[in-house]
Amino acid sequence: MNLDFGAILTPQYTQWMMWGALTSLALFASAWILAFLTASVLVAVGTAPFRPAQIAVAAFVEYHRNIPMLVQIFVWYFAMPQLLPDAWTSWINAHNSEFIFALIALFLNSAAYMSEDMRSGLRSLPREQMEAGRALGLSYLQTMKDVLLPQAVRAALPPLINQSLALFKATSLAMAIGVAEMTYASRQVENETYRTFETFAIASAFYFTLSFAIMALGAWADRRNLKAAGR
Amino acid sequence: MQDIIDILRNYGLLLTIGQFPEGPIGGLALTLILALTGLVLSFPLSVLIGVGRISPNPVAVKLSTAFVYIVRALPLLMLIFWAYFIVPLIIGRTVSGLTTVIVALVVYETAYLAEVVRAAILALPKGQAEASRSLGLSYFQTMKDIILPQALFNAIPSILNQFISLVKNTSVAYIISVDELTYAAYQVNAQLLTKPVQVYIILAAIYFIICFSLNRLVKLVEKRIHTSRQAPIAAEAAA
Repeated sequence: MNLDFGAILTPQYTQWMMWGALTSLALFASAWILAFLTASVLVAVGTAPFRPAQIAVAAFVEYHRNIPMLVQIFVWYFAMPQLLPDAWTSWINAHNSEFIFALIALFLNSAAYMSEDMRSGLRSLPREQMEAGRALGLSYLQTMKDVLLPQAVRAALPPLINQSLALFKATSLAMAIGVAEMTYASRQVENETYRTFETFAIASAFYFTLSFAIMALGAWADRRNLKAAGR
Repeated sequence: MQDIIDILRNYGLLLTIGQFPEGPIGGLALTLILALTGLVLSFPLSVLIGVGRISPNPVAVKLSTAFVYIVRALPLLMLIFWAYFIVPLIIGRTVSGLTTVIVALVVYETAYLAEVVRAAILALPKGQAEASRSLGLSYFQTMKDIILPQALFNAIPSILNQFISLVKNTSVAYIISVDELTYAAYQVNAQLLTKPVQVYIILAAIYFIICFSLNRLVKLVEKRIHTSRQAPIAAEAAA
């Protein structure tokens, strides 16, 4: 097998790949931020002492955990436009609808998983932490901010980082509805050049770089937790 | 609602078993076959890799660790594309989309299942291996007769969880037109054209019912295993 990266590194193909990489990153970054915010809201609502709110959050989480990511993307892309108000649909269609629907599906899915990670982070703390904080004269908010949340975040960090990796990899599924992200771009270049190995090698290198960075972050969080646990 | 019933009446068979028996099997049946094949084939490999990750042999550790990290760093879709390219190179002839997907799923799943196996081994008390070695059993005997039977039994819930994630991952086979459930639904939608909401509600509902019930099953199994592993210890403590 003779490799010829020159064949695919023409200005046009390079531009496709660069654009694909940027689209993947944009999809990942925006979905991550929206997922994190939504997950925080879900945790707050889901732990409130109000039964209907708890049931709604549980239903949201179960829906997103028990249906394949790809199907969720299809539901948003093929089914939702029929259900949304016409004005919304036409606005979305005018603004790169593929990207927007993929983004919505990705961030809602990730939010469901992240909210579970955060919730179990909070639950892993013994109740006495709050009681001890209050007994020492701290207010509810002070105890939350200075005692409970720092520990909960630390406990939830490794699974959250794992979920971020899953989200990053899931952005590749957006190609199924025609978002020109990295996987889509590499497949296009491959179709035109038949340089399968070279194209997929470049696309894989892209995924490796960010995935390994996220994994390294996860390993660091794990080590820090072990150290904090005094082991 | 009437639309959903009509679609189920007209296309229900297509969604559950595809063209079978006139043609190849497809739909939900193929989804489950893919997931089951993926689990069965990746299980022995993952035990090998999982044990390799914590073996006393540094070469085995390096190789298996590299495998796990490389596979976990790539999207499943990328693995499917690689399999499409590499498998024909290795066996010297073109292969079907079905084979490609199975190869990719097995490689992907092996990496995740290997971590499950590794975690299950590490969760056993160290004394198990030490006692066995001091009784004169070799490393391999210890693994085979003492460590793995306990570790794999404890890991059953996690293995079932991996099966659920496999069921969901098979949907990616749609991208290379393998006629599993998602692809079948896509085709039904293409034929009907005007009923995407109903078709995708049905599709989502089928996956939901399967994965949700499997999830409940895992919880039950988890409880059973927990009590059966705790009971002897509790009995011993009481004696």
